Amino acid sequence: MAAPLSVEVEFGAVVNPGKRAVRSLLFDGVKKHQVTLPGQEEPWDIRNLLVWIKKNLLKERPELFIQGDSVRPGILVLINDADWELLGELDYQLQDQDSILFISTLHGG
Amino acid sequence: MAAREAVLTLQAEVAQREEELSSLKQRLAAALLAEQESERLVPVSPLPPKAALSRDEILRYSRQLVLPELGVQGQLRLATASVLVVGCGGLGCPLAQYLAAAGVGRLGLVDYDVVEVSNLARQVLHGEALAGQAKVFSAAATLRRLNSAVECVPYAQALTPATALDLVRRYDVVADCSDNVPTRYLVNDACVLTGRPLVSASALRFEGQLTVYHYGGGPCYRCVFPQPPPAETVTSCADGGVLGVVTGVLGCLQALEVLKIAAGLGPSYSGSLLLFDALGGHFRCIRLRKRRPDCAACGERPTVADLQDYESFCGSSATDKCRSLQLLGPEERISVVDYKRLLDSGSPHLLLDVRPPVEVDLCRLPHALHIPLKHLERRNAESLKLLGEAIREGKQGTQEGASLPIYVICKLGNDSQKAVKILQSWTDLDSLTVRDVVGGLMAWAAKIDATFPQY
Repeated sequence: MAAPLSVEVEFGAVVNPGKRAVRSLLFDGVKKHQVTLPGQEEPWDIRNLLVWIKKNLLKERPELFIQGDSVRPGILVLINDADWELLGELDYQLQDQDSILFISTLHGG
Repeated sequence: MAAREAVLTLQAEVAQREEELSSLKQRLAAALLAEQESERLVPVSPLPPKAALSRDEILRYSRQLVLPELGVQGQLRLATASVLVVGCGGLGCPLAQYLAAAGVGRLGLVDYDVVEVSNLARQVLHGEALAGQAKVFSAAATLRRLNSAVECVPYAQALTPATALDLVRRYDVVADCSDNVPTRYLVNDACVLTGRPLVSASALRFEGQLTVYHYGGGPCYRCVFPQPPPAETVTSCADGGVLGVVTGVLGCLQALEVLKIAAGLGPSYSGSLLLFDALGGHFRCIRLRKRRPDCAACGERPTVADLQDYESFCGSSATDKCRSLQLLGPEERISVVDYKRLLDSGSPHLLLDVRPPVEVDLCRLPHALHIPLKHLERRNAESLKLLGEAIREGKQGTQEGASLPIYVICKLGNDSQKAVKILQSWTDLDSLTVRDVVGGLMAWAAKIDATFPQY
C-alpha cells in the first residue's frame, strides 16, 4: 500500500484554439494546484496521475490535453524542472513533494 | 497683426515641408522596390576572413571589445559570421537590430509578408512610412542606417521546402523567428540536414520560450516534439494577442545566444529551455532531453532525408493568418451587404455578437446582444436567460406567431459559425432561423462602415 502523496501540479503555457487559454477553459483558470493523491495499492506514476487529473481537474474538452493514455502532441511534461523523457515518461514514479509542470510549445513570433 | 502673419507663414511652410516629406516617402518606397529587383540577382559569396580591426571599428565596438570573453578575436569572428533570420516580425526585429549593432558580418532576412499598421506595436524596425512594403526591405533599410558595415540580404519570400536547404547552407547560424508550426519543423529539418545550429524563440500573450537546437550533440526540435500539435490547439499572435515587450525580451535573448555561438563562446541554452512568464515576472529554466537516437531528423536512422510538405504534416498553413472555416452552407449565412439592407429595412431580428468581452470593449454594433461563444458552449444559465429575454422582446415586433430570425456575428466569421451550430442543436430555442454574418465585423468595417475600428 503506497502512502498518500502531496504533489504540485502546474499548467503553464497550455493553450487551445482561439482566444482562451486551456488552463482557464480546462482547469477553471487555476495555474497551480497543490493536490493530495490518496494512498492506493500500486505506486503513483505519471500514467495514473493523468487519469486522476482527467477525473478531478479537467473541466471540459479533455481532448485538448489528453490523447490516449498520454498528453496530446505539443505538450511537454516537466518533473521537477526536467523533461519527463529523462525520467521514464509515463512510468516515472511520483515522490512526495514532486512538482509536475505541463507546458505547450508556443509558435508565435 | 504681425503675430497673425507669422502664424500664416509658418503654416504655409509646414504644409510645404509635409508635401516634400510625402514625396520623399514615395521615392523611398520606389527605391526599396527597385532594390528588391537588383538584390534578387546578386549571388551571396562567402565572407572573406578578416585579419584585424580598423581604427573606426575599434572605436565603434570598444565597449564590447574590452570584454575579455569577447575581445578582438571574438569581434573578428562576428565580422565574418553570417546569420539567417527567418521571420522579420516581433522576434526578428529586435534580434536583427542587436546583431547588426554588434557587428555581425552578414544578415539574411527572410519574410514573405508586408508591413501592416498592427505590426508596429512590436516589430520595431518598421515605421509608419513603410506600411504596405515588404518587411525584409523595411528591416534592411533600418539596419543599414544603424550599421552600414553589416551586409543585409533581404529575401522577400516564404521559406519553402524548395528553397530552405540552399538558403540555410549559405549561413553559419539560423535564428527561427517565425510564427507558425510548419515553418518551425521546416527550419529544424533544414538545419539538421545542413548541420547548422538553430536558435529558436517563440512568444504568445505574456509568455515566451527560448532554446538552442541541434548544437553540440543536443536535441533538435523533432527530438522534443516528434509530432506536431493538433491544428485546432495552436493559437497565433493575431488570435491570442501578444505584448510587444515580450517578443522584444525573447528576441534579445535569442540575439544573445546567436552572438555567443558566432563569437565562439558557445550558447547557454543547448539542451535546456528557458520559460519566461512576463505577467508573473518569472524566468524558469528546464532541463531538456538528450538527442534521441530514434529521432526522425537527427537520429541514427533518420527518415527525414529531404525536406517534405510541412503544411500537410502539420495540418495547417505556413502563416499566422487566420484560416476561414466553412462549417455552414450558403443558405445558413448572410453577407454584410445583405445584413445592412435587412437592418435598414427595420425587419425584426436579433443580432448576437459572440466575441470575448475584451474585443467587445474595442468596438461593437450598438444594437447587438453580446454573449461570448464560451458561454454558449457551456450553456451558461445567465446567458441563456438573457438570450431568451431578447428573443421574447424581439418577437413583440413580429407578426403574431412568426419566429424571430437570429444573426450571429464575430470578428472574422469563424466563431459565429460555431455559434450557429450550437444554437441549431438547441431544440428548445424559440427561433427557426439562425444564420451567421460572413466575414464578421471586419467585413462590416471594410465594406459597410469605414469608421468602424479594425483590429
